Amino acid sequence: MNLAQVKELLQAEVLSGEEKLATTHALSVCGADLMSDVLAFTKEKTLLLTGLTNPQVIRTAEMIDLVGLVFVRGKRPSEDVIAMARERGLPMLSTKLPLYETCGLLYTAGLPGCSARAANG
Amino acid sequence: MIQRFPVAGEDFSAAGEASSKIKNILRQVGEDAELIRRVCIAAYEAEMNLVIHAGGGEMILKLDTDMVEVIAQDRGPGIPDVELAMQEGYSTASDLAREMGFGAGMGMANMKRCASEMLIDTEVGKGTTVTLRFKTGKN
Repeated sequence: MNLAQVKELLQAEVLSGEEKLATTHALSVCGADLMSDVLAFTKEKTLLLTGLTNPQVIRTAEMIDLVGLVFVRGKRPSEDVIAMARERGLPMLSTKLPLYETCGLLYTAGLPGCSARAANG
Repeated sequence: MIQRFPVAGEDFSAAGEASSKIKNILRQVGEDAELIRRVCIAAYEAEMNLVIHAGGGEMILKLDTDMVEVIAQDRGPGIPDVELAMQEGYSTASDLAREMGFGAGMGMANMKRCASEMLIDTEVGKGTTVTLRFKTGKN
């Protein structure tokens, strides 16, 4: 699924990387607020759903090449953090939905979690 | 090749810059993507520990023909009980570190999982040196 489809599904606002949404594909999704868990358990080409909006989320995305970020519960990072994402060409969305419902919508639409991807190779 | 990167303590906006530079260097020298991923995760966790626990320090990257080595060195408080610090879930991090999404007691275990070899040299009141070695698969 590409991030333009994710944006539609979640009725999300685009915060950065609008030009890359249609060409950026997520193979799996991770929902977490703990960056150490994200570092430990995600595969490549993963979309992260999170309620954290600090610079370490962008750093984490950079370290493990996350395909994009979705901030849940209507959260928005500061302009500094949005600028960091733009510099790195990292797509970011913000949805009003809470984490559980965001996960549910993407899972029902066919996007697996990282552990399912690991099990299926 | 040896490169050194200073890391400032308690500076959460700059935390991760050294690991980001390490990543760029590994990409430039054409290391394997999976290896880069493992090095970056371990380096970033080590760098966060310098920021959170040690009042800053230094990250050192050494590139050899068959090995990438990342060393996180500080003159912080040291680790009184290394075995305890290695346990998943054990942490002495501040609330501020936790707000940043760290400090859940995963960092040391994450480093060990990613590296081929992990060495910890620590003395209470003197500081800590964590050496992370990654075999590159080249000859």
